[in-house]
Amino acid sequence: MSHDGLRGPALEFRDVHITYRTRDGDVPAVRGVNLTVDAGSSLGIAGESGSGKSTLISTVLRLQPKTAKVTGEVLVDGEDVLGMSFKRLRALRWAQASIVFQGALHGLNPLQRIGEQIAEPIGVHEPKSTGGDVDRRVGELLEQVGLPPARARSYPHQLSGGQRQRIMIAMALACRPRLIVADEPTTALDVMVQAQVLKVLTDLVDELDLTLVLISHDLSVLADVCHRAAVMYAGEVVESGPASEVFEASAHPYSRALAGAFPRIGDTSFRYAPSGLPGDPPFPGDVGQGCAFAPRCPVVHDDCTSGELPLVEVAPGRQSACRYPIIPPGPQPDRGTP
Amino acid sequence: MTTPALEARDLAVSFHTGRRTSARAVDGVNLTVLPGQIVALVGESGCGKSTLARALLGLQPTESGEVVVDGEILPTSRSGLKAYRRRAQLILQDPMGSLNPRMSVYESVAEGLRVHGVEGEEQRVADALSRVGLRPPERFFARYPHELSGGQRQRVVIAGALVLEPEILIADEPVSSLDASVRGEILALLLRLRDELGLSILVVTHDLGLAWNVADRIAVMYLGRIIEEGRTEDVLSRPKHPYTRALLSVVPEMDRIEPIVLVGEPPDPTRIPPGCRFHPRCPVLQQGLPDEISSRCRGQALPLLPVQGGHAAACYAIP
Repeated sequence: MSHDGLRGPALEFRDVHITYRTRDGDVPAVRGVNLTVDAGSSLGIAGESGSGKSTLISTVLRLQPKTAKVTGEVLVDGEDVLGMSFKRLRALRWAQASIVFQGALHGLNPLQRIGEQIAEPIGVHEPKSTGGDVDRRVGELLEQVGLPPARARSYPHQLSGGQRQRIMIAMALACRPRLIVADEPTTALDVMVQAQVLKVLTDLVDELDLTLVLISHDLSVLADVCHRAAVMYAGEVVESGPASEVFEASAHPYSRALAGAFPRIGDTSFRYAPSGLPGDPPFPGDVGQGCAFAPRCPVVHDDCTSGELPLVEVAPGRQSACRYPIIPPGPQPDRGTP
Repeated sequence: MTTPALEARDLAVSFHTGRRTSARAVDGVNLTVLPGQIVALVGESGCGKSTLARALLGLQPTESGEVVVDGEILPTSRSGLKAYRRRAQLILQDPMGSLNPRMSVYESVAEGLRVHGVEGEEQRVADALSRVGLRPPERFFARYPHELSGGQRQRVVIAGALVLEPEILIADEPVSSLDASVRGEILALLLRLRDELGLSILVVTHDLGLAWNVADRIAVMYLGRIIEEGRTEDVLSRPKHPYTRALLSVVPEMDRIEPIVLVGEPPDPTRIPPGCRFHPRCPVLQQGLPDEISSRCRGQALPLLPVQGGHAAACYAIP
């Protein structure tokens, strides 16, 4: 529960491990993640498919599949989601925290008017509200995401991709949650629509004082929208810090590769020189000793394939798990010998 | 002047949407790809860029205008089109969707060879797979799409296009569904194919960064028309058209520019506005223009742009 005047973290992951149990044995998807998101701020999580970012955030509402074994703590407003009663969890879902999933096309019922779909969670969580209250609230929500209230009568197929994604955001806001988690909300949308959707999200964070967790494989989007960013690789956070610094002056070679994947238009060093990362991420469970990124790392050292690689502070507010970090300018803490 | 590998001349494609209404998806387009050139066709969803790509491949009947391949008008006969489709290949987005999940990598890549009755199948499939970086190719023959990563699947799709040794590739959003780290690898592959095989490539995309990475020239499409065309450096460093400027301003890395977020969705090809088709969303017009210019924006149709001249934009408000 949030307390007036005293604003702790809205969301905290404490040593979270998630393991999928499969026929072929246990597959670790998330391997010891610690992250904190302060109330009213925004955190971006970057990483490629299979990095564990979607699995991690599914635990915020305890939506992880039954085959997943989760250890550690996931605290929403200081309360552990993993251990709470189902009744308490139902109250938390929608009303305290909600998730905007990727793929707005599949998230909406094609046979139901969108106003009814937005109204559904309101009816469940605020059973005392009258039909008129709910209609007003639906209109208000549509306006908040930049759509005319008359759109409530439309069916999903009558809307464009960007409009549908905004409906998904309106649904997530329906019960006035304080925490919104958006999983790739703009993937598959084109630049102008992406800009519109991201503007809706940032305006909401500012105007309604929400806490936002945004997931994307595009680090430049996170740098644009979020206060802080965390980069995940093979189930671990490998770098975290202020989002613009992680993007512009990455300390970890993997973050640098992600940041370079989208060229800076106008910078001639990117002309005819797309930068990619050879190889594929490790299959979860196939991670060997030392740094999981070592097999693909362009600046790998001999000792990178052994020992532990914890997140270490490389500059104030910035952490990297690389043993040979690209040290950002500024005061340097003593790292000792590896 | 060199004979272009592929040309659209005043090309138009319409779809009937009702008894009297039709959507003019491509509404008079001139576009040229020279041999060995990479041209990016950029625009928002629904601007007609994929329809134009399909028309250029002879997959979409045209209403008027011509597709010209290596100086000759594209035939409409079945056999003529079949021969052309061996020379020009399409690469689609979403490698999961464009590969048959029940066909092995070998079968997927060999399919084109079987359709066209080409001999020496196994050697050609192996060559195409190694060319796209799937080495040793024999290791991939018996694999199925679900056993491959996203980047590997897209490479298989590209191998399937290359196996027929085409002269022209049309790639429709070749990297939009791929991870950031894989994206650069696939784009580097397109550049290498151009250098090694001399392919002429048209890349259809909404991604301006991709164009900056690989394209020699850019054509910006809006509501069925090319509204700006020129060398990539010119168009992206000194955009002329207000629409191109708005598109560039919302690329997340472009934090030096104040973002111009256009309101509304791309308009409807069944109701193309008179005058400049961008005028209802144009930020320059909204800020106010002298009457003699604004009345032209609202009422006078713009001429088609010249082809690969210099750097041209269809706009009344720019000098």
